[in-house]
Amino acid sequence: MKELSLNVLDVTENSVKAGAKNIDVFLIEDEKGILTLTIGDNGCGMTPEVVKSVIDPFYTTRTTRKVGLGVPLLKMAAEQTGGSIDIKSEVGVGTTVTATFDTKSIDFTPIGDMVATMTTLIMGAPDRDFEYIHRKPGAEVTLSTIALREVLGDVPLDEPEIIAWIKDYLTEQYNNFGGTN
Amino acid sequence: MKSLAELAAIRDKMKDKVAIRDSENGTRIVVGMATCGIAAGARPVLAQFVEEVAKAGLSDAITVTQTGCIGICQYEPVVEVFEAGKEKVTYVKMTPDKAKRVFAEHIQGGKVVAEYTMGN
Repeated sequence: MKELSLNVLDVTENSVKAGAKNIDVFLIEDEKGILTLTIGDNGCGMTPEVVKSVIDPFYTTRTTRKVGLGVPLLKMAAEQTGGSIDIKSEVGVGTTVTATFDTKSIDFTPIGDMVATMTTLIMGAPDRDFEYIHRKPGAEVTLSTIALREVLGDVPLDEPEIIAWIKDYLTEQYNNFGGTN
Repeated sequence: MKSLAELAAIRDKMKDKVAIRDSENGTRIVVGMATCGIAAGARPVLAQFVEEVAKAGLSDAITVTQTGCIGICQYEPVVEVFEAGKEKVTYVKMTPDKAKRVFAEHIQGGKVVAEYTMGN
């Protein structure tokens, strides 16, 4: 993947497929340049056996094809910077994928276009709620679809005008964020 | 700054419109967004179609949706176009520029862009 934001899009789709109603996407950068990505959901969860095998490229729930590369690609992106990945999951409760990255490493994949990733996720699953936070020392970008829904009422999130507003809303926040790694 | 008040104004404008979407007879543009599609560049292709639909003011007649892997990963980004009463058209190895052309010539002009379809 050319951008970390593409890994985020790909792995967060797993939460959508797991039937999660609420999905957290957090990117937290500390003052030492360590980035922690957390994708948390209240979807169907996985058994310990499945969790163990999910980072194996040759494990997938798909029945039409026998390879699943989403989590292994994220793991590779984290480990090549000296970071790591951790998956906590419980059947019926949900799953949390945590990956850490050293943004100072030359092998750190740039974060890229998180605005496109979040709008794509919301368009693809307008019936779910996303909580998005990207924070670094002194700056923050946030989006809560729950808060948007309070304003929108019955108007769905995937209306083009609403998606355009969300895109502008996030882009404006990123303009004040001072660029990403 | 974008404000929630602005969002409320959009909502009020939208309220009556939402119900009249014709999903039965409308056109569906489906973009493959599994790992293979995303890695091959599907995200900007999807964004381009969304932008074209919005620009043309055709969001009542055309929906742009996402799907998983359809099993031809080597041809990603793959885009399928479904039109009522017509056979499905599958476009392969798409880019945002190709998306623009497909939208103008096929979706709006009614002529399939054969050179971007499978087998070409």
